[in-house]
Amino acid sequence: MKAAVIVFPGLNRDRDMIAALTKIGGVKPSVVWHQDADIPDADLIVIPGGFSYGDYLRCGAIAARSPIMDKVRERAAKGTRVLGVCNGFQILIEAGLLPGALMRNTSLKFVCREVKLEVTNADTDFTRGYTKGQIIRCPVAHHDGNYFADAETLKQIEGEGRVAFRYAEGTNPNGSINDIAGILNAEKNVLGLMPHPENLIEAAHGGDDGRALFATVLQQVA
Amino acid sequence: MTLRNDIAITPELVASHGLKPDEYQKILDLIGREPTYTELGIFSAMWNEHCSYKSSKKWLRTLPTKGPRVIQGPGENAGVVDIGDGQAVVFKMESHNHPSYIEPYQGAATGVGGILRDVFTMGARPVAAMNALRFGAPEHEKTRHLVNGVVAGVGGYGNSFGVPTVGGEVEFDARYNGNNLVNAFAAGLADTDKIFYSEAKGVGLPVVYLGAKTGRDGVGGATMASAEFGDDIEEKRPTVQVGDPFTEKRLLEACLELMQTGAVIAIQDMGAAGLTCSAVEMGAKGDLGIELDLDKVPVREERMTAYEMMLSESQERMLMVLHPEKEPEARKVFEKWELDFATVGKTTDDLRFRVFWQGDEVANLPIKDLGDAAPEYDRPWTEPKTPAALAKDDVPQMDVAEALLALVGGHQCSSRRWVYEQYDTLIQGNSMQRPGGDAGVIRVEGHDTKGLAFSSDVNPRYCEANPYEGGKQAVAECWRNLTATGAEPLAATDNLNFGNPERPEIMGQFVKAVLGIGEACRVLEFPIVSGNVSLYNETNGRGILPTPTIGGVGLLPEWKQSVGIGFTAENQPILLIGGPSERGTHLGQSVYLRDLFDRRDGDAPHVDLAAEKKTGDFVRKLIRSGVVSACHDLSDGGLGVALAEMAMAGGIGATVTDVEGNDPILTFFGEDQGRYLVTLNLDPQGPEIAALWKEAEALGIFAPWIGSTGGTTLTLGAATAVPVATLTGAHESWFPSYMNG
Repeated sequence: MKAAVIVFPGLNRDRDMIAALTKIGGVKPSVVWHQDADIPDADLIVIPGGFSYGDYLRCGAIAARSPIMDKVRERAAKGTRVLGVCNGFQILIEAGLLPGALMRNTSLKFVCREVKLEVTNADTDFTRGYTKGQIIRCPVAHHDGNYFADAETLKQIEGEGRVAFRYAEGTNPNGSINDIAGILNAEKNVLGLMPHPENLIEAAHGGDDGRALFATVLQQVA
Repeated sequence: MTLRNDIAITPELVASHGLKPDEYQKILDLIGREPTYTELGIFSAMWNEHCSYKSSKKWLRTLPTKGPRVIQGPGENAGVVDIGDGQAVVFKMESHNHPSYIEPYQGAATGVGGILRDVFTMGARPVAAMNALRFGAPEHEKTRHLVNGVVAGVGGYGNSFGVPTVGGEVEFDARYNGNNLVNAFAAGLADTDKIFYSEAKGVGLPVVYLGAKTGRDGVGGATMASAEFGDDIEEKRPTVQVGDPFTEKRLLEACLELMQTGAVIAIQDMGAAGLTCSAVEMGAKGDLGIELDLDKVPVREERMTAYEMMLSESQERMLMVLHPEKEPEARKVFEKWELDFATVGKTTDDLRFRVFWQGDEVANLPIKDLGDAAPEYDRPWTEPKTPAALAKDDVPQMDVAEALLALVGGHQCSSRRWVYEQYDTLIQGNSMQRPGGDAGVIRVEGHDTKGLAFSSDVNPRYCEANPYEGGKQAVAECWRNLTATGAEPLAATDNLNFGNPERPEIMGQFVKAVLGIGEACRVLEFPIVSGNVSLYNETNGRGILPTPTIGGVGLLPEWKQSVGIGFTAENQPILLIGGPSERGTHLGQSVYLRDLFDRRDGDAPHVDLAAEKKTGDFVRKLIRSGVVSACHDLSDGGLGVALAEMAMAGGIGATVTDVEGNDPILTFFGEDQGRYLVTLNLDPQGPEIAALWKEAEALGIFAPWIGSTGGTTLTLGAATAVPVATLTGAHESWFPSYMNG
């Protein structure tokens, strides 16, 4: 398998993501600087978390308008798997690759804690390592993770099984509608989620519930 | 507003620059003429308390700063300590008190930014941050606003920059009502052969300006930080800088990338007094002159004068001396990160600091004297009056269970979750112990087993009552917290926050606290490698509690051996290690007296440093032998609160036996020093524990088995059992309900 990690200035969980992909996949992903002309051949494209362009203007808004995102869009349309975590999720939404919006947390504060996630759809290339309804642990660390979509969009993504993860057991940290933590595009090859599975992949992290996501998607594309 | 360089120098102008008449006379004697307006600004920047340490230097020299692992002690951007395998930890703590009171969000944010810059200036990637915050009384009208702003500011900057916050302190006391404290700590990792220093080398080399553009923000900030507050404090808001963590993150990556190219000869970040301090420091350290052409400085405001450019404290800026042949390569790195890169001057051999602006020479000063000839004072001080010890029978009584619940649910000992959940505590994926325990622990990236522990400590109540013992205690508690994780304490940084040193009683507090710190550091072999002094923390003539914050770093050869504070299993024996055989004797200056009886009397507990060392070394050895399942040091609230914290962290109860004849209040709430609680994964009747006791006895360490873990309640002696869930409810609710209230 080949993975590529896109890096924009201000992202800061790129190192965590590269470490997770390397540890689980056994191969270091290629790192793509936002000014690079193209993305090298890859089966998985990851946009990690952080504060691209300082989250100024609106989280993810500036990065989403960067030329490299046209390349991400092209690859996604061809079926390449694209994963966006946290700021990466915000960028995918701002780029129009995923529907809805991520608003400020209802607390109006940054929140870093562990939450519970329910695997809502275990029949995707990202989630097959889990079982449907399985509850996993996962940390969150964000200021703008409050997912919102209008009633029609919501009906559509819920109806099409495009909610991949939901905050479970009353641990919704940000006020997201329907407890939505991660969603897929219609073709289910693009996943965006606010929590950080890359920070819970080994004993040193106090658990490895996030590992299966990477193990699955990296195996799938092997 | 445009300020001219030909502005007349009047006594009022001199005074408004924070320079005393005799200090101004010193300037006249030094340069043999009246200074220009820009030069006056440069002197005020270099000679204020914040930059010159003129009141504190004499006493700081008494601190132990050397040790077998110390690579760099005080005097550089940060201290550097060897952690083996060619790696070093680079760290420092610094205050941003005054700005954080005037504008809490930006004040705290730029405090974090400044300390991170100090660390990566030396070539180290920041891997951990802490912050020690002290606010006024909870009921004071401004406290909530300040807590909100400071915590959001610390988080806003650190989270965006991408460093995990692994520990810290939050405390409330009416003495901080008009002057809160924000002490920010950062640590980074570097290779020992790739540490960068500020000493310029070589004549005629380019002095390069990097990072963000210069604006008018923060002009005169260091001078502001060296004055007391009055009621006109709101007028000082324009002297607070504005932080841009996005630029700082790019500056970090660009600097580390640039250092890889071998282009950097010397580097200095622009902190207090910006361009002035950084240029003078680089030149003076290298015995070189510096020439600056201000017309080359990237600016973001129009018509900036030389005076403003020299005194601006705009953030996220660096000054470097580069190898000229590598300049194009260096420029490319900064272009990639879309940061300013401008050659603004050169090194010279005339030992002058010369500044040009619009074709005029606006300053020409002897560079060495700007630093070396700064005034130094042996300020008069008086011996602090230590309050009388409490009478032996003066033990105000209260139901033990009720007292425990009130303390764990009070402002001093309640959970700080509301605070630390606003900080990213796990970014970088190396956080082994996050806030809420004795010390933060991280893995060392690039090494299979090594870990680092961090703790920040001081007890201002003790320092107020007895500055010498309080100074000792701050060091001992930090050393103890590191030890409680299994780490070997390596070295510390001190952030000394005091009132007006021109008052002999305040100077007395400072002197005695520094002497106490020095004594403890010597005995515990815990040298001070960096630090910062913040004086004039007063409002309308009333000083803060003396607050010498100690930030310590410890090394774990095997992070897997590290233990936390939470009980991990049922039916494990609990040992109280260290301290007197009566278990608890000292109630003076305790949280029990202050928070439950509104009493602030008695002497501070004294630290027996030899016993401290012996006990700590014994506990560390136990932890590393693998028999310890949890460990916690005893501090605020004594044995009772420590047991409750272990129970709450582990979600497991405990039953602790009382000792007949001992006063339960002294036993459970006395704040005797040098004590730890450990739980063991050993049979309490077995031979291993017997051997352990034998060893403790031989060393003269008191280590009684005081009870066992298990169940869902915590029972302290004869007191009513308290459900752990009830303790947790009280512990977790104080902060959120206060902030929502």
